[in-house]
Amino acid sequence: MTATLERTAGRRREGTPDSHDFPTRRYDLVKEFVVAVLVMAVLTAGLAALFSSPDEKAISLRDWALAAPADVVATATGELAGTTASATYGPPYNTNGSGQTLGPLPLQKWGGVRIPVNSANDLVVTPLSQVSGDSALTSALGQWTSASATQQTSWATAYGDALAKAPNGDPAQVATSTSYGPVPVMAQSFLTLARSGGLEATLGTPSFYATDPTKSLLLLSDGAYLEDLARARSLGGDQWGMMNETGNYPGQPWMWLYTFWYQVEPFSSSDNADALVWGVMMFLTLVLALIPLIPGLRSIPRWIPVHRLIWRRYYRDQQRLLG
Amino acid sequence: MSAAPPAPLAHRGGQPTDGGSTWTGRLRDRIAHTVPPGQALPDRQPAYVDSWIYVFGVATLAALVVVVGTGILLAIGGAAWWHTSSLGHFVNSLHLWSVELFMAAMVIHLWGKFWMAAWRGRRTLTWVTGILAFLTSIGTAFTGYLSQTNLDSQWISTQAKNGLNAVGVGAYLNVLNPGQTLLWHIVLMPIAVGIIALAHIVLVRRHGVVPPLDAVDPRADRAEAVER
Repeated sequence: MTATLERTAGRRREGTPDSHDFPTRRYDLVKEFVVAVLVMAVLTAGLAALFSSPDEKAISLRDWALAAPADVVATATGELAGTTASATYGPPYNTNGSGQTLGPLPLQKWGGVRIPVNSANDLVVTPLSQVSGDSALTSALGQWTSASATQQTSWATAYGDALAKAPNGDPAQVATSTSYGPVPVMAQSFLTLARSGGLEATLGTPSFYATDPTKSLLLLSDGAYLEDLARARSLGGDQWGMMNETGNYPGQPWMWLYTFWYQVEPFSSSDNADALVWGVMMFLTLVLALIPLIPGLRSIPRWIPVHRLIWRRYYRDQQRLLG
Repeated sequence: MSAAPPAPLAHRGGQPTDGGSTWTGRLRDRIAHTVPPGQALPDRQPAYVDSWIYVFGVATLAALVVVVGTGILLAIGGAAWWHTSSLGHFVNSLHLWSVELFMAAMVIHLWGKFWMAAWRGRRTLTWVTGILAFLTSIGTAFTGYLSQTNLDSQWISTQAKNGLNAVGVGAYLNVLNPGQTLLWHIVLMPIAVGIIALAHIVLVRRHGVVPPLDAVDPRADRAEAVER
C-alpha cells in the first residue's frame, strides 16, 4: 500500500497528464449547446418581460436652458473667460492644460490634440455669430472680436465673479457695469438661443447629417445641470457611477473594481486619478493574464482546494482505487 | 530513347496534391493538425468532466449567441428605433439582459477555471485568450452603453472621456461621438470578441479539458497494470 502511494505521488510530480489519455464518457456537446441557447433565450425573454430596460430621454440644450437658465449663463461666461473644464482641459481638445500623467509618462499629452476645441469660440462665439436680426448682439460680438484676448478675459472673468456673488447666480441680480464689456449681452443672447432649441445645430460640424455631438456634450458637461441630474440618480463618480445606470438596473457590475478605486484614497482626491486608476487596472489585468507564469499566485488554487469540490467524484474514485 | 517519367505526385483522396510545398497546402496542414483527430467536435469527454461548473463555458457561448442575435435585430431597426417603438424597446431589453447573463456566465466560468488552475499542461494561451475575451467583452458592453443616445450615455460618455483621455486613448476613440462608438460596438468590437472566442475554443479543443490537480497519469496506471 505504501509503495503504491509513493509511486502515485511520483507520477503526480511529473506534471499534468494529457487529457486525451483519460477514460472517457459520453458527452453530447452539440445537444448541450442547443439546450444552453434555448435556456439563455428563455431566461433573457423572461428578464426582459419582467424588468424591461431603462431609457431616460437625453436632455437637450433647450431642456437645460429652461430648467437651469442661470447655469447656462454662468457656463457661457465661463467659456468666454476660459475657466470651464473644457477650456482648461488640454489634449485631446486643446493645449490649455498639460493633462494627466502616469508617473513620468504624459500619456494624455502623447495622444495629441486630435479633437480641437476652442471653448470660447466654438461653444459660444460661433453659435452666437449665426444669430441674425439682433442688433444688440451684433454690436456686442463686434466689440468682443475687436478686443484683445486680455481684455476679453478681463470682461468675462469680472462678469463671472459677479454672477457667482448674485443670489442663485441670477443674471438679473447683477448690477450693470462697464467692466463686463459685451459679455452680459452675449451670455443673455446665448440663453435665448439655447431656449429656442437652435443651439445644438450651431455647435455641430456644419453638415446635413449631424452625428457628432462632441461640442454639445462638452458644453453640457461644463455646466452643473447634467451633474446634478446624474447625482440625483446615484451616477456620480464618488457614487460608483461608472458601473451604474439610470433606474434600478444592474448596469455594468463587471466594472466594480475599476469604479472601486475612485472611491478610495489616494485616487479619490488626486488630480491624476484617471491616469492612476488606468495604471492600476492595466497592471492588475496583466497580472490576471499572466497568473500561469507567476509563482505563488498560480499555486493559490492548490492552497485553497475548491478543486476538491469540483472534481470530488474523480478524487473519491481515486481514493477508492488506492484504498 | 524514351522521355523522362513525370515527377511523382503525392495523392490524397484520389486527387494529386503538392503536399506542404504550397502556401495552400501548408495552411491546410496547419488547420488539419491544430486539433487532434476527432477532437474538434468529440462526442466523448474525459470521465472527470463531471461538474456543474463546466456548464458555464457553454452557457457563456450560448448567451453570446443571444447577444449577437438581439443585437442584429436592433441593427435592423436602426440606432433610434428602440426609443420610439415598444417592440424596439423590448428588443433592447432582450439585448440588455442577454448581456447581463453573458457577463455573469463568463465571470463564473472564469472563476471556475481559476480554482481549477486550468492553465496547467501547456494551457497558458488558453487562459490568456480567456482573459482577453473577458476584457474585449467589457469594452464591447461599454461602447454599447455609450451608444444608447439617452441620458445614461450622455452622462457615461462625459465621465468616461476623462479616463480614456488621461491615457491618450481618447484622442483616437472619442466617446462623446456616438456615431463612432456605435460603429465600434456593432462592428469592430464584436469582430474582436468573435476572433478571440474562436481562438479560445480552438485551444480548448486542441489541449482538451484540463485534468484534475494531482491527477494520476492514466498511461502510468496502465503500464503499472501491465507490469503486474
